[in-house]
Amino acid sequence: MNFDDYDTKDFFDELVKPDGKPRSLALPLVEQINALPPKELLRMQKASELALYQQGITFSVYGDKKGTEKIMPFDIIPRIVPGNEWVVLERGLKQRITALNMFIHDIYNEQKILKDKVVPKELILSSACYLKQCKGLSPPKGIWIHITGTDLVRHSDGKYYVLEDNLRCPSGISYVLQNRAIQKRTFPKAFDAMKVCPVSDYGDHLYDTLRYVSSAKGNPNVIVLTPGVYNSAYYEHTFLAQQMGVTLAEGSDLTVVDDMVYLRTTKGLQKVDVIYRRIDDDFIDPKVFRKDSMLGVPGIMEAYRKGNVTLANAPGTGVADDKAVYAYVPQIIKYYLGEDAIIPNVPTYVCWDKKQCQYVLDNLKSLVVKAVNLSGGYGMLIGPQSTAPQRKEFASLIKQNPRDYIAQPTLSLSRTPTICLKGIEGRHVDFRPYILYGEHVFVLPGGLTRVALTKGSLVVNSSQGGGSKDTWVLGEGAHA
Amino acid sequence: MLSRVASSIYWMSRYLERAENVARFIAVNVHLMLDLGLARADTQWEPLVITSGDGADFHKRYKEFTEKNVLHFLTFDEKNPNSIVSCINAARENARTVRESISSEMWEKINELYHHVQKHSKRKRVSDLESFYAYIRTASHLITGLSENTLSHDESWHFARLGRMLERADKTARILDVKYFLLLPKLEYVDSPYDAVEWGAVLKSANAFDMYRKCFHRIDYHDVAEFLIFSLEFPRAMAFCVRSAMKSLKAVTGENEAFVPAVKEMETLSKMLASTNVEKVLAAGLHEFIDVFQFNLNVVDQSIFRSFFDNTNQHVV
Repeated sequence: MNFDDYDTKDFFDELVKPDGKPRSLALPLVEQINALPPKELLRMQKASELALYQQGITFSVYGDKKGTEKIMPFDIIPRIVPGNEWVVLERGLKQRITALNMFIHDIYNEQKILKDKVVPKELILSSACYLKQCKGLSPPKGIWIHITGTDLVRHSDGKYYVLEDNLRCPSGISYVLQNRAIQKRTFPKAFDAMKVCPVSDYGDHLYDTLRYVSSAKGNPNVIVLTPGVYNSAYYEHTFLAQQMGVTLAEGSDLTVVDDMVYLRTTKGLQKVDVIYRRIDDDFIDPKVFRKDSMLGVPGIMEAYRKGNVTLANAPGTGVADDKAVYAYVPQIIKYYLGEDAIIPNVPTYVCWDKKQCQYVLDNLKSLVVKAVNLSGGYGMLIGPQSTAPQRKEFASLIKQNPRDYIAQPTLSLSRTPTICLKGIEGRHVDFRPYILYGEHVFVLPGGLTRVALTKGSLVVNSSQGGGSKDTWVLGEGAHA
Repeated sequence: MLSRVASSIYWMSRYLERAENVARFIAVNVHLMLDLGLARADTQWEPLVITSGDGADFHKRYKEFTEKNVLHFLTFDEKNPNSIVSCINAARENARTVRESISSEMWEKINELYHHVQKHSKRKRVSDLESFYAYIRTASHLITGLSENTLSHDESWHFARLGRMLERADKTARILDVKYFLLLPKLEYVDSPYDAVEWGAVLKSANAFDMYRKCFHRIDYHDVAEFLIFSLEFPRAMAFCVRSAMKSLKAVTGENEAFVPAVKEMETLSKMLASTNVEKVLAAGLHEFIDVFQFNLNVVDQSIFRSFFDNTNQHVV
């Protein structure tokens, strides 16, 4: 198995030029793969998957009674991000996160941006993720979005676009680190020759970020809060707690006494200062949000409001994560920072707007329609691959609830070489870098490359048959 | 540490120890039957179920104590909470909820053990299992070794040892009880070669054969009982287990000793062993002695639950 018959077709390929020759930066990798004895690449692929399985790096499949565990499929040919491109992405992501954080703070406080009519007030206040319980809140150090995983895609024009912001509980970082650990063993020579940026210090950066936003004096008690072992991302929660060496708690391990949050330990109650929570807003406090939540901690919001505990991310950040609000991010950046967005948005039609809605209904066949508050590839219509009944269904959904839908042109996602049954073939990918907002905004030089393993598929989500790849961000000197 | 985590580590450790014991009982029994010959062999499967304390449960799903039934019940029967497959599932599930608290090495070994057992249990065949039982025992020893050498000997480690030692004390007591009951009344076997063979099997069930020989040289039920109950040097003897459990209990209790009832309950157990000897025990009845011992073990277990794992009504520290 090698690159001899590799065809980029008409897509932008991350590793190979249109003439079939590897991009110069990818040469050491392609050469190492081409020099392997036949079948060796497949053997390495299998060995990597087995390693993930044995380490229990698995997610549980929802709706499966036996609690079947699966590994997220991992492809051992890494995706490469040239150093000069990364420098721009890093700046663009810092800019975007800074502006979005200012936006969220403004929305829950003075609402200047609404008064100045830069973003329509009704659009914001009608968002399902706008939490009136957060009005007037000012989290420690003014930081709302401590941890972000922004989804980027590269179009056939060779440019990167932001697809989604994921400002609530983005997952996937554990795969970034574990993929790297396995990948380093797979192609050590190429890895060394290409000066790949390290990612293994993510845990340190995360811990620093969480410590920084503590309002307690002295050494803060930081914990990770998980919905529990049956959550599909449970592995990641244990991994992050382990990387930081902090307690991993479930809701029932915590209790609130006099507006202070405590852990129930073998030696009594122990105060908690910062909670990296992986439970959604709706479930975090049955006293304030969903009353039927068994996962959360009753009274935690009041403790938070009183400044006795810090939640990361802050509740209410979903308002900027609403896909209809996403359409306004370039204006948001301009408004708060006076700058143009460094990484462009994908053009987005907001069905809430009558004119745009009509355009969407008239062009369903060429657009991708998305529900504004769903993720994971759910609630989506990919126009060019849809059937007439599916389009009819979405047309009626949109008409019933225009506020809940947006549409975007179907992007031609870039592809990258991937191990398939018949050899190495191009598969579509996206890219999720991770950003931490503490004393500084830090962008981890790496990220999760998700790959749509099914031929021709554009859906990269793990719940829909997607896999992942290690992402090699090359040092600054390495130009495309 | 979190009460929930302490509880999971304690149970992870207990279940592993339980699975290892079941695997060892079975393997020893298989060998024993080869020594005894077929005529006596078919009577030898019942004690295995009695030893694990699950006779009533067995009868719900099986008629006779045949080799096939007993092996299936003890190995792959998921409805039997004490079968190897159930114990390994429970150990792994507990480990999974605390994997950030144990070492990666430990977790990976437990995970590997789980997958191995799952693979075998799908085949549902009970013949040719010798290497399977050997694997279970080795894996358990390996995981205990990993906990010894890759965990800090802090609270987690002490809870793991506490669970392991209490489970082991219980199992050694059971082996002794059941075998003593079954072997002693058969006067025709006393001092016969079979007698030595069967008591040898008891020792092997507790991994104690070699170490016993160093102490007593000849196999004799009186000495076997003394060794398995009172040795403070042999790590599967009841007294040894109680002493180790006590050390760990005191370590997790720290200065709160006076307030933790489990310490007092454990002292009762220690005193019970210290205040008697094998002659007195055999004279008054081994079965009665073990009954009281196991009752006290349960009291300790419940007391540990109330002192450390039950997280209602806690005070702020």
